[in-house]
Amino acid sequence: MFGLDKKDAKLLLIVAALVLFAPFLLNPFPTDSAMAQFNAGYPDLMQRFVIFGIFAIGFNILFGLTGYLSFGHAAFLGVGSYSAVWMFKLLSMNVVPAIILSVIVSGLFAVVIGYVSLRRSGIYFSILTLAFAQMSFALAYSVLTPITGGETGLQLALDDPRILGVAQTEGGNIPVPGIFGLEMRSTAELAIGPWEFVFNVGYYFSGILMLAAFYLAIRIFRSPFGMMLRAVKSNQQRMSYTGLNPKPYTLAAFVISGMYAGLAGGLMAAMDPLAGAERMFWTASGEVVLMTILGGVGTLIGPVLGAGAIKYMENIISKINSEILHGWFAFMPDGLEDLIVALIYPFIGKGWHLTLGIIFMLVVIFLPGGLVEGGQKIARLFGRKKAADDETPGKSTEPAE
Amino acid sequence: MEAIILQILNGLDKGSAYALIALGLTLIFGTLGVVNFAHGALFMIGAFCAVTLSRILTWSHTVIDETRTDFLGNPLKVEVPYVHDIFGVATGDAIIDWAVPLAILFSIPVMLFVGWAMERGLIKHFYKRPHADQILVTFGLAIVMQEIIKYYYGANPIPTPAPSAFTGSFDFGAMLGMAENQIIYPYWRLVYFAFATVIIGAVFAFLQFTTFGMVVRAGMADRETVGLLGINIDKRFTIMFGLAAAVAGLAGVMYAPINSPNYHMGMDFLVLSFVVVVVGGMGSLPGAVLAGFLLGILESFASMSIVIDLIPGINQIIIYLVAIIILLTRPRGLMGRKGVMED
Amino acid sequence: MGILEVKDVNKRFGGLQALGDVNLSVRENTVHAIIGPNGAGKSTLLNCLVGKLIPDTGSVMFDGKSVLGRSPHEINQMGISRVFQTPEIFGDLTVMENMMIPLFARRDGAYRLHAIESVQSEKSLIEQAETMLEDVNMLDKRHMHSASMSRGDKRRLEMAMCLVQNPKLLLLDEPTAGMARADTNNTIDLLKEIKEKRDITIAIIEHDMHVVFSLADRITVLAQGTPLVEDEPQNIKGHPKVQEAYLGEAH
Repeated sequence: MFGLDKKDAKLLLIVAALVLFAPFLLNPFPTDSAMAQFNAGYPDLMQRFVIFGIFAIGFNILFGLTGYLSFGHAAFLGVGSYSAVWMFKLLSMNVVPAIILSVIVSGLFAVVIGYVSLRRSGIYFSILTLAFAQMSFALAYSVLTPITGGETGLQLALDDPRILGVAQTEGGNIPVPGIFGLEMRSTAELAIGPWEFVFNVGYYFSGILMLAAFYLAIRIFRSPFGMMLRAVKSNQQRMSYTGLNPKPYTLAAFVISGMYAGLAGGLMAAMDPLAGAERMFWTASGEVVLMTILGGVGTLIGPVLGAGAIKYMENIISKINSEILHGWFAFMPDGLEDLIVALIYPFIGKGWHLTLGIIFMLVVIFLPGGLVEGGQKIARLFGRKKAADDETPGKSTEPAE
Repeated sequence: MEAIILQILNGLDKGSAYALIALGLTLIFGTLGVVNFAHGALFMIGAFCAVTLSRILTWSHTVIDETRTDFLGNPLKVEVPYVHDIFGVATGDAIIDWAVPLAILFSIPVMLFVGWAMERGLIKHFYKRPHADQILVTFGLAIVMQEIIKYYYGANPIPTPAPSAFTGSFDFGAMLGMAENQIIYPYWRLVYFAFATVIIGAVFAFLQFTTFGMVVRAGMADRETVGLLGINIDKRFTIMFGLAAAVAGLAGVMYAPINSPNYHMGMDFLVLSFVVVVVGGMGSLPGAVLAGFLLGILESFASMSIVIDLIPGINQIIIYLVAIIILLTRPRGLMGRKGVMED
Repeated sequence: MGILEVKDVNKRFGGLQALGDVNLSVRENTVHAIIGPNGAGKSTLLNCLVGKLIPDTGSVMFDGKSVLGRSPHEINQMGISRVFQTPEIFGDLTVMENMMIPLFARRDGAYRLHAIESVQSEKSLIEQAETMLEDVNMLDKRHMHSASMSRGDKRRLEMAMCLVQNPKLLLLDEPTAGMARADTNNTIDLLKEIKEKRDITIAIIEHDMHVVFSLADRITVLAQGTPLVEDEPQNIKGHPKVQEAYLGEAH
C-alpha cells in the first residue's frame, strides 16, 4: 500500500488512527473527575503534539540517519514562523501559501547554513550549527527588528495590506488564519455522558500534514537515499572509495530536515499567528534533540513518541502542584502523606524539567534506542512475538526474500 | 586611546570567565577525551557556593533587645547572626562582608567532590562511547543540575555583593595620568581579572613543574603509551576532572558579584565557552586561555557605539562570527593540534 | 601501453622523500604485485593512485585519462576499486545493504537523490548482489549485521563490494595482513578464481611472499621510494638487487 511494505503500511495506519482518534484517546477521563487534569485532548496541546512531531521526524532524518548532531535546528523553526506570519500580513490569512513559503524559506536557509556547516564533522559541525542558530537568534532580536518584530515578536496588525484577503473583519478585528474560509480555531465539541471531546480544525490540519511528513519519512528511510545516509553515518571513507560523494547526500538530508522544521514553524504560526525570536534560541534546538533521543533516534515512530512525551510533561505534569498531591495522598496518615508529597514534589509540577533530565540521562545511558527500544524490551519480556524488532534501521531495508 | 583602554578593560572580566571555563573544558577534553556539556553547570554551582556560604554566614537567631522598642512599644526583636555570637560583632560583620572571597575556600572541597562524583559515577562509563553520546548525557546532566539548583534557590537571580572594600569603581585613567573620569572601572572586575590570572598561572605551573602534571601532559599527548609505562593514568585523570571542576567552580564563585547567580547562567556561559574552546583549538590549553581573553575583548570592542553604528548588531554576533570564520579557515583553531576530534 | 601508467612520480613529506621518480606500468588483465620492505613507499604510491594524496610531480594515467586532482569517488567512478589493509565496510549495515551501495553507486553515479523509490523494488540489483555473495560464499550471511562478523568475513565482504562494481582495476592493500594461514590460502584461492573468471587487472601490495608468488604475473620491487626492478616472478626471486633491498646493505 502506498509503495510501503506490509509492516510499514501497518505502522502508518496505526499512526493515522492515533491522529484521527486523538481527541478521544487523549480525553479518557470524565471532565469533572479528579483525573481530568490528565486529559490532554484540548486543541492547543494536541496541535503541539503533532507540530513538534513533525519537527522531531525531520530532525531524525538528519541525526538518526547521518549521525550529524545539529544544535541549531530551532533556527529553521523560527524562520518558518516568521515567513508564515509575513504571508498572513501581506497576502491573506489562508494558511496554505503561508506554509508553502515557510517550507521554501527555511529550505533556502538550510541550504546556506548546511553548505557551510557540513564542511566540518563531529563536534565542529555541532558548534557551527549552534553558532549559526545563536547568530540568527541575536539578529532577530536586535538588528532585524523591522522584519522580526524584535523583542515583542512579529504580530498581525489592523493595517496590514493582506492584498488577497481583508485587512480587518467587519467587526474591525484582525482576521484569523484559516484554510479557504474554514478557521483554524473553529472547534466542535461532543459530549457523551460525563465525557467531553473536542475536535479542532487546526489540529486535524496539522495532523494530516504530520501524517504526510511521517509517510515521506518512511519512504526516505526505505529508499536508496536513506541507505546512503546511513552509509554516511557508518563509514564515509568507504563511501567515497565506492564512488559516492557523501557531501550532497548529507546536505540533502540537512535541507530536508530544515524544511520539516520550517513546516513545523509555519504550522505554529498558523495556529497562533505570531512569531518570536525565542523560538530560535539554542535551548529550543536542544528540546528537539531531547525529543528525538527520548523517543528513539533512528527509529520511525520514536521522534513522534518523544515529542508527545515531552509536550505532555510540559503541559500536564507541570501543572500538578503540591495541593493536588496532598489531595491524592489524603487517605494516608498525615506524617506519611507529607513525606510522600515531599519526596515526589521536586519531580513534578514546576520540577518537571528535572524529571525530564533524569529520564533523558537514563535513556542515553541504558536505552540508546529510546522509548521504542524500551517498548520492545518490555514486549519481549512478556514473551509476545514482536514484529516491531524490525523497526531498527539495521534490519529495516532488507530486500524481500 | 582612553576608549580603547576602557574596552580592553571591559573585555577582561568576561574574557577571564571564558578563559577559566574554557581551560577546564580543555583539561577534561584533552585528558579524558570527553566533551563535557555539563561544564557550564559546574561554573553555576560554583556561583551558588558563594550564595550558600553567604546564607550560612547570615544564619541568625532572634534576640529580644530590651533597650529598644518597636513602634508598638514592645521590646524590639533583633536578628542576630550566629557569627556575631562566635566572633563578636565587628569580626562577624567582616566575615559576612567577605563571604564571596571566603567562599573560595568553601567551594574547593565542594567542587572537587562534585567533579569526583561526576567522573566516577557517570563520565567514566562514557570514555569509549561516541562524542555525540557524551554531549547528550552531559547535556542531560546539566539540565538535572540546574533544575536541582532551581528547586532549592528559586528561579530569580540572587544578588551576592562583593566585600564593601571592593564595591564601587576607581578612575583608572587618572591613575595612568590621563584625563579624569574617562576610564572608570569597578574594583571587583579588576580583582576578578587578577584572580583569573592567578588561577590560570597556577594550573599551568602545576602541569609544568610537578611530576603529576608531567604525566598528565604526557597522557594528553599519547594516552596509550603512558598507560603502557605502567602508570595508572585513570586515577590521575579522575583527579584532573576534579581539578577542572574546581577551576570552573572558582570562576563561578568570584563571578557571583559581577552577575547575580541564577540557575541558567551555566548554560549561557557554556555555549560561549564551547565556541571559545573551538576557536582556541580543541585540546590546546594556551589556546583556550588566549581565545577566552581575545573573544571577551573583541566582544567589548564590538559593543562600542562607533562600531555598532558602522555594523548594526555586530556586538550580538561577533563571537559566533569569529568562530565560524575560524572553523572554516583554520579548523584546528588558533593553537590546536591536527586531527583532534576531526571525527 | 598499460592500463595504469605511473610516470616520474615524486612525493615529499617535509624532508622525507617518500617517492622518487617512480615509473610503473600495469598491463591490462594481469596481476601486478608491488613489494618492498617497510617504509619503501608502497602505501604512499597506492594513495597517489586513488586520489588520497597528490604527487608533487609526475603523472598517473588510468585508461588513458589522468587521475591527478580527482577525488577518490571520481577515481572510483573511472573504474578503480580499492580494498584496504583493515577492512573498510559499512559496519552499521547488513551484508546485503553493504552490497547494494556499490551497485547504486555504479548505476547512478556519484550522486542521485532517490528519496522515494524503495530499495526492495530494485530487483535486478538485488539479484546481482546475491550472485556476487554466492561467489564469495556469503549468501547465507546476507542478513547479518556486518560489524559483528569475523575479520576474514569482513575482508571477503569488502572484496565482494569492490568486485560487484566490475572495476577495471582492483587495488589490494595487503589483503592478507594479520590473517591466519588458512584464511590467507582462502584469499589466494578467491583471488585466483576472480582472475580466471573476469577481465580484471589487479594491483596488489603485499608483504607475504607466498601470496605474491602464487598470484603475480609481474612484480615491482620498491625500495626507499624508488622501483628497483620490474620483472616476472621467476626472475625476481634470485635477483641480487632484491635480496639486497630485503636483507639490507649486504656488502
